[in-house]
Amino acid sequence: MKNLKLVALALTTIVTFTSCSNDDNPAPVNEEEVITTVRVTLTGGGQVVTMTSRDLDGDGPNAPTVTVSGNLIANTTYTGAVEFLNELETPAGNITEEVEEEGADHQVFYQASAALGTFTYSDTDVNGKPIGVAFSYISGNAASGNVTVTLRHLPNKSASGVASGDITNAGGATDAEVSFPVVVN
Amino acid sequence: MQKIFIAVFMLCFGVFHAQNTVSGTVVDEQNNPLAGSHIHLRSKTSTADSSGNYSLKNVPNGNIKVYVSFVGYQSIDTIVAVSSDRKLDFKLKKKSELLNEVSVKQKTNTYNQTIAEQKVKTEFIERSSNQTLGDALKNVTGVSILKTGSTIVKPVINGLHSNRVPIINNNVRLEDQQWGTEHSPNFDINSAGRITVIKGASGLQFGGDAIGGLVLIEPTSVKKDTLFGKTIVTMASNGRGGTINTSIHKGNFCDWSWNLQGSFKYMGDRETPNYILSNSGNREANFSGDVKFIGKKYDVTAFYSYYNTTIGILSASHIGNATDLYNAIQNQVPYVVNDFTYSIQNPKQEVQHHLGKLNYNRRFNDETVLSLQYAFQYNQRYEYDVRRGSQNDKPALDLTLVTHTFNADLKKEQHDWVLKTGAVGLYQNNFADPATGIRPLIPSYDKFDAGVYGIVTHNFSDILSLESGLRYDFSRTKATKYYLKSRWDEREYSPQFDDFIVEESGNQWLTQPEYTFHNLSASTGFHASFEHDLDWFFNASYAVRNPNPSELFSDGLHHSTGMIELGDLRLDKEKSAKLSTTIQKKWNRFSVSVNPYLNAISNFMYLKPIGFETTIRGAFPVWEYQQTNALLTGIDVETNWEVTSNMKHLFSVAYVNGENRSDDEKLIDMPPLNINNSLRFSKKEWLNLNVELKSEWVFRQNQFPDYNFETDILVNGELSTVTVDVSSPPKQYHLLHFYSDIKFKTFKNTFTTIAVSVQNSFNTNYRDYLNRQRFFVDEMGRNIQLQLKFNY
Repeated sequence: MKNLKLVALALTTIVTFTSCSNDDNPAPVNEEEVITTVRVTLTGGGQVVTMTSRDLDGDGPNAPTVTVSGNLIANTTYTGAVEFLNELETPAGNITEEVEEEGADHQVFYQASAALGTFTYSDTDVNGKPIGVAFSYISGNAASGNVTVTLRHLPNKSASGVASGDITNAGGATDAEVSFPVVVN
Repeated sequence: MQKIFIAVFMLCFGVFHAQNTVSGTVVDEQNNPLAGSHIHLRSKTSTADSSGNYSLKNVPNGNIKVYVSFVGYQSIDTIVAVSSDRKLDFKLKKKSELLNEVSVKQKTNTYNQTIAEQKVKTEFIERSSNQTLGDALKNVTGVSILKTGSTIVKPVINGLHSNRVPIINNNVRLEDQQWGTEHSPNFDINSAGRITVIKGASGLQFGGDAIGGLVLIEPTSVKKDTLFGKTIVTMASNGRGGTINTSIHKGNFCDWSWNLQGSFKYMGDRETPNYILSNSGNREANFSGDVKFIGKKYDVTAFYSYYNTTIGILSASHIGNATDLYNAIQNQVPYVVNDFTYSIQNPKQEVQHHLGKLNYNRRFNDETVLSLQYAFQYNQRYEYDVRRGSQNDKPALDLTLVTHTFNADLKKEQHDWVLKTGAVGLYQNNFADPATGIRPLIPSYDKFDAGVYGIVTHNFSDILSLESGLRYDFSRTKATKYYLKSRWDEREYSPQFDDFIVEESGNQWLTQPEYTFHNLSASTGFHASFEHDLDWFFNASYAVRNPNPSELFSDGLHHSTGMIELGDLRLDKEKSAKLSTTIQKKWNRFSVSVNPYLNAISNFMYLKPIGFETTIRGAFPVWEYQQTNALLTGIDVETNWEVTSNMKHLFSVAYVNGENRSDDEKLIDMPPLNINNSLRFSKKEWLNLNVELKSEWVFRQNQFPDYNFETDILVNGELSTVTVDVSSPPKQYHLLHFYSDIKFKTFKNTFTTIAVSVQNSFNTNYRDYLNRQRFFVDEMGRNIQLQLKFNY
């Protein structure tokens, strides 16, 4: 009987020490890395065209809302910049800075049909490879189509064609991929 | 001392019923004791000790059939009248020729008499020292494995897995987040002494929800007063690493006994025949031990085990979106192949599992045993993803699962009846740490479970025994979860589940879903054992499984698979009715076992690809938990043929057909037909040489549903629509495995075993339907293993 008591005591001790209470509601997760917004600004020919893709529910079911502020002018050179923002935070988190800080681990790709014109990188990372946050765009003749902007994390920048903007062999994981409908006239 | 010895012995083998004691001696014609001879009284058996003495307790009154046998001697088969304690001495005559040797089957402790339980032999457990529990279980016909890469391996019993296959480690149900297909059992294969597989839900004492089956693991325990140890060192070419495992066992009657075991594993990147599987290394450091005190009427055991693993998740499986998935499936080559390394980068998993338990067994008399058990489990799971900057060192998923379990079990034997009854209580808390910065797939929750069961076994005669059981379970889960408002609307949870909403928080609802279930489960069946080694088992079972937190609450991007997984609050419990029968027949040199079964499952929950959702990261494939009425039919067959005294042939085939009856199509992720053949040569005289050649033939799964979906990808800068083929199973494959070992005495009482094995000898390129990474890479190529085992 004595042993039974000992066992009971031991059990009680263990339960007391290991029980824990989680009565408080956990805080909502602060998703500081989420990219909600990709904004491309094209400056040239006396105009500024902004193209925005905004997805305020992150990985939620709603598709991003895409807006393009105006049409582009044919055969014009534009200075381009892209911004990645987290608008769930106030003030909005600027992820572009992180991308630039870790330039060697990121690259932005611009894909469009040849008729829309050409994109050229105008920035470099510590290894002299492009990041793609700053670029220039020379529009072609009048045309319409999609411009797709892709941010890759940990791409293989040494792979064939990658440094000149060809995404085919880039690999890595996609952190953002948005398409903007564009009209050149 | 002697009395206690017998009492404990009787307890271990469960061979006592009631009333009278029959004892005596067995001798030969010269009155020399025949140690080891078998004495059968009705369903009770005993073995004579070194003086030829035997004793059988609790023999009921009446005319009882007695059968006494010893190899090489003529058996005695007679009927004696028993009405009080009796002394019966037997004298056996030597046979003139040693033909038709009688070997009597020893009745061991079974979990359910009406199911042909299958055991994984120690030999296969030891061979899998460098692998996982799943790899060892694969040796059982009808068990296949569900893999994520080469190190995350889950057992699939007759087509069912995860929460449908509870794993009972040392009488404690493992609570280690088995809901995920990429969560392997948190268990070190090296700590298993004996593994039993019960196909189906017939082990009611362990739970009423084992729709697939049960895996029962017991650690090595010693009953004799000895001290022995074992060290196994395994080195593998594929992964360029190995495992070292050491265990020490001390057994002693009426006193203390203890066991200690520890293992350490270190593996680098695996490789296929053509490339390195980058970031596929893993580590393990495990420990287990127990101390047991055996008193006169009781015994007390304290047990603790610790499992710690780090598993690299294949870099090439870390995809971004549907485009990446499409490219992976189309190209059939991984997009990342780096040089071999031992280091493990993100994505990776770090998991720790602690299990501590106290066990108290009280023997009131020879017929009645009460067991009380308290078990504490602490499971910590970190999953790391590839993230930006300092976030990379922060886990993307951080779940702490704490489980307390109380069990009280009573076993009473009387005449030809055995009654098992018991109750279980469980409290569980899961904490999903919000500090990860990523919305967790599994929410925080509290869970209370309580259950009671009763199982009755009756031996009608030497031939027929019947077992029936009933179980009731109560379960209440209260979760705390933030839902994106947009998800709440997309799932159409309003107004049905608006009661769950506690408060508003920006673009999210804080909810507290609460679920209560009352379940009944049952099992009934018989075992008929006819003359000439013919056995017939039949079992019918009814089991109920509640939807788990993953099935109810998943919502969002599963970062390690690049897929959006959606649970459903509307899911109802799953109910299975299974009929299973096994016929076993043994001839002199040949035995066969045939096990057909039928499992009708209503509200069967499964993960179905339903299309994609577009986010700022592109389109992601969406997999949703759905329910259907499923029908699984299948058959497991195995044969064992002793071709010559040195040569053995083993054959097994397992087939299962899964029907999705609600949608009139096949069930997804069913294991394909597989056939195994092994030829084994053994020669004692040549240092106990064993040489084994095994052929493993896995057919293509031709019965699969078409869940392909379309998505837009960029081709030359323009979007075009393509079909993402997530449904088509890979081709059939055939692998040849080689194994050989020799065993010799090194010193007094020490043995050394040297084993060389080659898995996938021909370095065959293949992919497996039940590997979640089959979209990205091939399976492992040739693996040469050298194993050294020291018994001391």
